[in-house]
Amino acid sequence: MIAILKYNAGNATSVANAIKKIGYEVLITDHKEALQKADKVIFPGAGEARSAMNYLNKTGLDQIIISLTQPVLGICLGMQLLCSHSEERNTPCLGIFPAKVRLFPPKDIVPHTGWNTLSNTDGVLFKDLQKESDCYFVHSYYAELCENTVATCDYILPYSVALQKDNFYAVQFHPEKSGSVGMKILQNFLAL
Amino acid sequence: MLKKRIIPCLDVKDGRTVKGVHFESIKDAGDPIELAKRYAEEGADELVFLDITATSEKRKTITELVTKVAAEINIPFTVGGGISSLEDAQSIMQAGADKISINTSAILNPKLIVEIANEFGSQCVVLAIDTKLVDGEWMVFRNGGKTATSLKAVAWAAEGVRLGAGEILLTSMNHDGTKSGFALDITQAVSTSVNVPVIASGGAGLKEHFLDVFSQTKATGALAASVFHYQQITIKDLKKYLKENKISIR
Repeated sequence: MIAILKYNAGNATSVANAIKKIGYEVLITDHKEALQKADKVIFPGAGEARSAMNYLNKTGLDQIIISLTQPVLGICLGMQLLCSHSEERNTPCLGIFPAKVRLFPPKDIVPHTGWNTLSNTDGVLFKDLQKESDCYFVHSYYAELCENTVATCDYILPYSVALQKDNFYAVQFHPEKSGSVGMKILQNFLAL
Repeated sequence: MLKKRIIPCLDVKDGRTVKGVHFESIKDAGDPIELAKRYAEEGADELVFLDITATSEKRKTITELVTKVAAEINIPFTVGGGISSLEDAQSIMQAGADKISINTSAILNPKLIVEIANEFGSQCVVLAIDTKLVDGEWMVFRNGGKTATSLKAVAWAAEGVRLGAGEILLTSMNHDGTKSGFALDITQAVSTSVNVPVIASGGAGLKEHFLDVFSQTKATGALAASVFHYQQITIKDLKKYLKENKISIR
């Protein structure tokens, strides 16, 4: 069973659809035990960091997430919330990854919207993918480069588009919206 | 590098695509899901569904369609047409759409932009603008181009972005249906005056038109319907051509 975290900033439907298509059973849940017992947990997100963190803190889901021991995949805002801090309304985050999340300087169109190239890909999420694959992004804030960076993108500046540390994985782009490349990345995660 | 986006538009009425579609390989050319799948496989970067149903059953039909599209398609898609309240937007977003496009309702009630942006984020709000050159000014029209307004396209785009629109879908009524190319001047004027992505629409007839709009304006997406439906241009060929001409394309 693959659990998708249900909270106030997740558009879980598309992620659930993609995982079902790959052939796994999915449960969208905020139930503590269901999350802890799942084979994998996906932490999706589309929304705003402060209200999402407030919700996670209030419900105790913050402690559940950081204590999970099975593979966890953060997507988009989910990835940013796994970092140490977000500039979005000056929000302390979950601190799995040491990277800080910052607002793109307005040197080009923000939000960064559309298909962009993954560079310096490294690690299991990108197994069997072509070197310079494109994925779909929509975001105004970015995670800095850090020791856990396993893929980068260069938009306005180079930043982390994938992070990996212990059982925690995270991607800034939307694998569920990135066509066959995104499906392969999800498959790689689900096969861990 | 960020890629320019090729975006086919599907007009949907009562849950079926309209404007005859001439794909030999598609069993049911009126089925929007079949067509959407076909486009996604050919390399479309996003899709736009424009609902032109005019009955009271409307919301239910489009919501059912969005649910099906979301289950089948793994590229981003926008839904527009007659979304006039936050509740309309909610039902479509909850069914799995990635973005909502609003046009007339945003002109009549600009607060709707704020409401949808606050609920789902600016990246979900596409402000669609239909514009026509009137006495040397690019003016905004509403109700599918039937009703003139006193708004000017560049100013309305800027105001829409200020209110929370995360993207502008700009259609030139002078060019729409002519197959004579996109409106480069107003597309450039709007895309250089806002700091959000602009999608050019109206006038696509040849591959060269896409090259023109991407090389001569700041638009990051180009939308077309009939050239793709009738396979006058295939998305695959178009993307190959643009790549050969040094446009950044997926």
